[in-house]
Amino acid sequence: MSNYRIHGATGDWEVVIGLEVHAQVTSKAKLFSGASTEFGAEPNAQVSLVDAAMPGMLPVPNAECVRQAVRTGMAIEAEINKWSRFDRKNYFYADLPQGYQISQLYHPIVGEGKLLIEADEKAGIPHDKIIGIERIHIEQDAGKLMHDQHPTMSYVDLNRVGVALMEIVSRPDMTSPAEAGAYVRKLRAILRYVGSCDGNMEEGSMRADVNVSVRKVGDPELGTRTETKNVNSVRFVMAAIEHEARRQVDVLEDGGTIVQETRLFDPGTGTTRSMRSKEDAHDYRYFPDPDLLPLELDDQFLADCRASLPELPDAKRKRYIEELGLSEYNARELTADVEVFARFETLLAATARGIGKPENEVATQVANWSLSVAPGVMKALGDEANPAHATAEAQAAILDMQAKGEISGGQAKEIYEIVLKTGRDPAEVADTEGLKQQSDSGAIEAAVDAVLAANADKVEQYRGGKEALFGFFVGQTMKAMQGKANPGVVNSVLKAKLG
Amino acid sequence: MTNLTDLGVKAIRDGVASGAFSAVEVAEAFNANVAAASALNAFIVTTPDHALEAAKQADEARAAGKPAGLMAGVPIGMKDLFATLGVQTTAASHILEGFTPQYESTVSQKLWDAGAGMLGKLNLDQFAMGSSNETSYFGNVISPWRRNDGGNAALAPGGSSGGSSAAIAARLCPAATGTDTGGSIRQPAAFTGIAGIKPTYGRCSRWGIVAFASSLDQAGPMARSVEDCAIMLEAMAGFDPKDSTSLDMPVPAWSTSLNADLRGKKVGIPREYRMDGTDEEILKSWDHGIAWLKDAGAEVVEISLPHTKYALPAYYIVAPAEASSNLARYDGVRYGLRDLPDGAGLQDMYAATRAAGFGDEVKRRILIGTYVLSAGFYDAYYTQAMKVRTLIRRDFDAAFEKCDVILAPTTPTASFPLGDKVDDPLAMYLNDVFSVPASLAGLPAMSVPCGLNKDGLPLGLQLIGNVFDEQGVLNAGLAIEQRAGFTAAPERWW
Repeated sequence: MSNYRIHGATGDWEVVIGLEVHAQVTSKAKLFSGASTEFGAEPNAQVSLVDAAMPGMLPVPNAECVRQAVRTGMAIEAEINKWSRFDRKNYFYADLPQGYQISQLYHPIVGEGKLLIEADEKAGIPHDKIIGIERIHIEQDAGKLMHDQHPTMSYVDLNRVGVALMEIVSRPDMTSPAEAGAYVRKLRAILRYVGSCDGNMEEGSMRADVNVSVRKVGDPELGTRTETKNVNSVRFVMAAIEHEARRQVDVLEDGGTIVQETRLFDPGTGTTRSMRSKEDAHDYRYFPDPDLLPLELDDQFLADCRASLPELPDAKRKRYIEELGLSEYNARELTADVEVFARFETLLAATARGIGKPENEVATQVANWSLSVAPGVMKALGDEANPAHATAEAQAAILDMQAKGEISGGQAKEIYEIVLKTGRDPAEVADTEGLKQQSDSGAIEAAVDAVLAANADKVEQYRGGKEALFGFFVGQTMKAMQGKANPGVVNSVLKAKLG
Repeated sequence: MTNLTDLGVKAIRDGVASGAFSAVEVAEAFNANVAAASALNAFIVTTPDHALEAAKQADEARAAGKPAGLMAGVPIGMKDLFATLGVQTTAASHILEGFTPQYESTVSQKLWDAGAGMLGKLNLDQFAMGSSNETSYFGNVISPWRRNDGGNAALAPGGSSGGSSAAIAARLCPAATGTDTGGSIRQPAAFTGIAGIKPTYGRCSRWGIVAFASSLDQAGPMARSVEDCAIMLEAMAGFDPKDSTSLDMPVPAWSTSLNADLRGKKVGIPREYRMDGTDEEILKSWDHGIAWLKDAGAEVVEISLPHTKYALPAYYIVAPAEASSNLARYDGVRYGLRDLPDGAGLQDMYAATRAAGFGDEVKRRILIGTYVLSAGFYDAYYTQAMKVRTLIRRDFDAAFEKCDVILAPTTPTASFPLGDKVDDPLAMYLNDVFSVPASLAGLPAMSVPCGLNKDGLPLGLQLIGNVFDEQGVLNAGLAIEQRAGFTAAPERWW
């Protein structure tokens, strides 16, 4: 239980949240037709006879969409239903040519599963928490109405009609906006790991219906909930919950009652408003779609789906900590998204190979580089940086030089800056630009000798017990060598000479 | 010289193949008959050029020595429920008036590929909902048959494939497509003295057929002989990846495997089909059928189909439920009729369009279907009806443990005058009482003509087979056909 509370005039309230996430299945063709699903096409350019619901047209299930839903179910450790069925949800609207949406009400393809959100003190999540997932079913998306194309008429774009969606329904297990945010982020990561959804919330590939109710702290009964539809970013999900919980508390404390209703979130104002109440709710007259046979999955299909799953976020995080020796923070950050871990793993392999050490011995260096140094350089350069130059080879070469003591941490950053701007070879940059540190103990010894000779008094004091002067000798030596001396070598030479 | 329009599918095909006459001659003869028969109102549109073009191709293919298709040179009628490329397809409704598909239904395409040509689009009950062809927006089809009382009362050709049955009986075409949801091939065939078979559910692709009730709709051939039905069914059937409910099985060579020798076969007589209200002459014809099948060598056994009496009520829940959803797409937005009153919003447009575009019977069934699927009623109606459907299927499963094919009447009465039952939907629905059980169970079933009643009107007998056993149905049908010796034809008055 989180400690998120809404402070009301009559005391503290807690919020109960359930999310229904609609995730567009990654597939070239729609759920029941061969039309393309590519984003950004001209309106009505991707509409088959089936999508337009021409007379006599019939749906044929797309096996790839089924496969992706099953793989997603496996990734949340859910029960996979070997027998499921499609139902029709009937209602009239101009964005729904068939007059019904093909969905799965009674027998979804994926049953009970779960998802772990990790403790994150800063975000207000004190402990790891398991969020229950009730089900995943597959269904058709609807089209898009356009009200700004004509002064008196509305237009409709049917490109999205029939695109496959997974509806992922959580249990009402979340009790703070932060938990809901973490849930959506984790779910998005899993979908992207699995490759079943690109998770692109801006393009509408992922959106959430947010169910919110409030109750007095300790009350075992759930309050009446509202459903805020089509919220399309993590930030908005959290904002919608905050606003809606506050609103419900205010209504209840003013002696009102919460109406079970559908609401809309306005990103401009961060508020929700009523769309339709339960009284106006449709009677969807769900019944099994007689155009489609039940979906029956055989053991081989399931085995193939399972075999195709990649290492998932929780397993990867565990491995990073246990096998690579990374900190929990580094492990969590690096596994949060596909691109991040992919870049990390490529760089880790290249660096380990270059240096000739096992991965676990260079992992922390590579992790720090990947999470902090490299993004810092990139950010500081802004538009001057060409991301295409941020290759694993170049970064591995820099890390290699650094590990061998040829360059310092500061030089590594400088070299990377030049590489990002120009695409030049890091070793060549180090040579040409004089960005190398001196590790030749002969030269360093000469410099140390000169520093010690010039500061005989301080040498006396040091030997007399004033050990804090060691840093002074290091600084003087580095200065004498224009900062290019390898600090490790300087240290050991100094220690030997000062005896 | 033979009258070409008296010939059936096989005779035309073989005659064209042998050079006895050309396909073009055949097409011209039928085109002429069609043009002269507007009084029957069997066609919604005629397509003489389509028939001629296919005939020319058949003649050219023959001249070039190319192998001929199953239906080469045979012009047919196409029920106006099948989408035909570039030819208006209406389902006999106002809401689809003027709708011209950019696609060809799988079944019609298969027929054209087999060498058939199209004489026109045949009238039917609107959206295939009706048993008398009185619900068409384009007017009633009038049966070519008249009672022998000297009167000229217009009789029902049956429905919903009433245009098909009337046209075949009147020699406007040698064969036609039909569709059967609860008896829409068999009942009109029985009313007009022709043969027609509804195959096992899934044999013929539903792709491109305007849907009535998806879990029941099946296309099938209608013709004047069992053999002609077998030939045409072979051309129509086959797996279609575009229809998920299509059977992925090879199409048997039904027509060349026909065999009327029924020795070793058992024919089941369902005791529950002896219902009150069934016409005496129908019962007598059933007895004749039993005798004929015995004569063909079959053993006759009594069987029980105990849930028969629940079939009709279950059908009139399941079919309207599916229809109410299937017909939601006719909304005035993308094609067909649009009624947009001044200042109307979307909901007003839906209401106005659908009020103007659907006939009374269609509206009645949409309302029934909407009601039985509604929250609070779903379990009492739809769920219960689906359970009944399972029980009926089990009745047949048990029956086919004891027999190979079932013999029953097709309809409880012969054809009736148009207008007789239009005000009493329940009386109209009772027409389907013998045909609906096989539809609910997805079984192959056919009607073959067995004689005339005392009014001079044709009667039909129904054969019901186990799933996939079209051959058993056709063989028993052939045995009856050979013994009934039905050669009567309506006297031309049109």
